[in-house]
Amino acid sequence: MSEQTIDLKKRRFLTQATSVVGVVGVGFVAWPFLSTWNPSARAKAAGAPVEVDISKLEEGQLVRVLWRKKPVWIFKRDKTTISNLSTLNSVLTDPSSSETSQQPEYAKNLYRSINPDIAVIVGVCTHLGCSPTHRPELGAADLGGDTWKGGFYCPCHGSKFDLAGRVYAGAPAPTNLVIPPYHFVSDSLIQIGVDPKA
Amino acid sequence: MDNNKNWIDQRFPLTKVWNEHLAEYYTPRNFNFWYFFGSLAMLVLVMQIVTGIFLTMHFKPDELKAFASVEYIMRDVNWGWLIRYLHSTGASAFFIVIYLHMYRGLLYGSYKSPRELIWILGMILYIALMAEAFMGYVLPWGQMSYWGAQVIISLFGSVPLIGPDLLEWILGDYAVGDPALNRFFSLHVIALPLILVVLVFLHIVALHTVGSNNPDGVEIKKNKDKNGIPKDGIPFHPYYSVKDIVGVVVFLMLFSAVVFFAPAMNGYFLEHANFIEANPLKTPEHIAPLWYLTPFYSVLRAIPPMFGSQFPGVVGMFAALLILLALPWLDRSKVKSIRYRSAPYKYALGIFVVSFIYLGYLGMQPVTPTNALLARVFTITYFGFFILMPWFTSIGKTKEVPKRVTGK
Repeated sequence: MSEQTIDLKKRRFLTQATSVVGVVGVGFVAWPFLSTWNPSARAKAAGAPVEVDISKLEEGQLVRVLWRKKPVWIFKRDKTTISNLSTLNSVLTDPSSSETSQQPEYAKNLYRSINPDIAVIVGVCTHLGCSPTHRPELGAADLGGDTWKGGFYCPCHGSKFDLAGRVYAGAPAPTNLVIPPYHFVSDSLIQIGVDPKA
Repeated sequence: MDNNKNWIDQRFPLTKVWNEHLAEYYTPRNFNFWYFFGSLAMLVLVMQIVTGIFLTMHFKPDELKAFASVEYIMRDVNWGWLIRYLHSTGASAFFIVIYLHMYRGLLYGSYKSPRELIWILGMILYIALMAEAFMGYVLPWGQMSYWGAQVIISLFGSVPLIGPDLLEWILGDYAVGDPALNRFFSLHVIALPLILVVLVFLHIVALHTVGSNNPDGVEIKKNKDKNGIPKDGIPFHPYYSVKDIVGVVVFLMLFSAVVFFAPAMNGYFLEHANFIEANPLKTPEHIAPLWYLTPFYSVLRAIPPMFGSQFPGVVGMFAALLILLALPWLDRSKVKSIRYRSAPYKYALGIFVVSFIYLGYLGMQPVTPTNALLARVFTITYFGFFILMPWFTSIGKTKEVPKRVTGK
């Protein structure tokens, strides 16, 4: 062994180079572990579209089904309800549904639905994910009396929505309720999770 | 015996550790009531770990079985009800003890130089403990478990751009369900307890490096006798180990009274709605997190949505928590202890305590216009305490700090 002088510059370079390679390696090893947290194949399969028979749905009646583990409301609006929707503009945050991420293009209308009478809405408050309560009674005293035209009230933080899932101004929820992709397989059967064929 | 000790000491620093941390660890002689809560927190941690190990033997982290397995523990497992109530009461007791422990830090300026790292490690412990408690509360899979998880996890969904993907990643599904329950179980029984134990170790190592503060806020290490022992110091063992045992006895009396006579504490320790199995279709009439999280929950609710997003409220909530980390640098006062602080600090601390407690109370109440307004006012005073601290700690007349501890 001959005497060697210590080359500090080289040593520093090697330390840094090995550290960088090490960090990259840690990143590659971490990936599979972190990725296990993404929805598994089974969870994705369980998120498949669901079908709902609406032949027995009465006016004013609301049914709840689970789609992707979220409650989805399907209810039938009567004529008064439908005509009331256009009178609420002044008290709503986004009456014309201009926030495009909250509904598919074909539900961007006054009723936020394909047919004016049948509503299909994801029953998850856009504030913090509670499921609002159905409060269809007109003029409910605890929800503003005469100005209340029926809708949904979130028990967690007090957000109010009308019967088209549009949020009342001043509520903690920032946006209207989400309308899921859905279409009519027949007059009496709805499939939730799939857009209508163009 | 001495031979055995020698044999070990040559291979492991047993005597050295015993002396450094107990028999020759010199602690100020003037500790008072407020100094019980550090050792009590350790007691509760050990209790939670032991009861938790036994609960894990009977619990099933499965969305179809979890609720039933908790009922099974309560009804069919021998003494299962006792072990579960010790664990559930222990969670609330942990936070009572920790809040008093932290308040002691505020009273006597224990976070001030040279103890900033002890405070920061303690704050990280507190945050980890909140995560641990939250995930533990999800496991019984009752209505509150489910909807509480739904609300807290959707906070992450409000993060701009990556929110929705982040939410799916945390949940492992499109909503709270089996994957979330299973991974929370794993984090609750292994990952976070390990982190907590390591952090407690670091917290104590840091404490024993600089030594304990005391109700006078006087550094006892500045006054040593000719043997290098602080004149105002007494060995932790036996003096404070005995004192702490008295605290333990009193604590266990109160604790057992709750475990045996009021384990649900009228809905404060175990919420009524959690005795109903989780139902993804129906949110309970009134939902609130457990009491120890409600001050921050109130801040979240107090901040209105801005720019069509709930994110500002979420930022506010986390800011309310994280701003505590900056405390050692916000406090400009020359004195540590409340005994010698200026009047403005005393008033400010009073307002802060009232704000914190009232925010906690409001977090359990339904939203009404009055409550919403009050929550906003107290959110402002809460943050005001920290933001104005550099100012109000540098004005006013402080009392003269004695050279030695006063023994009161």
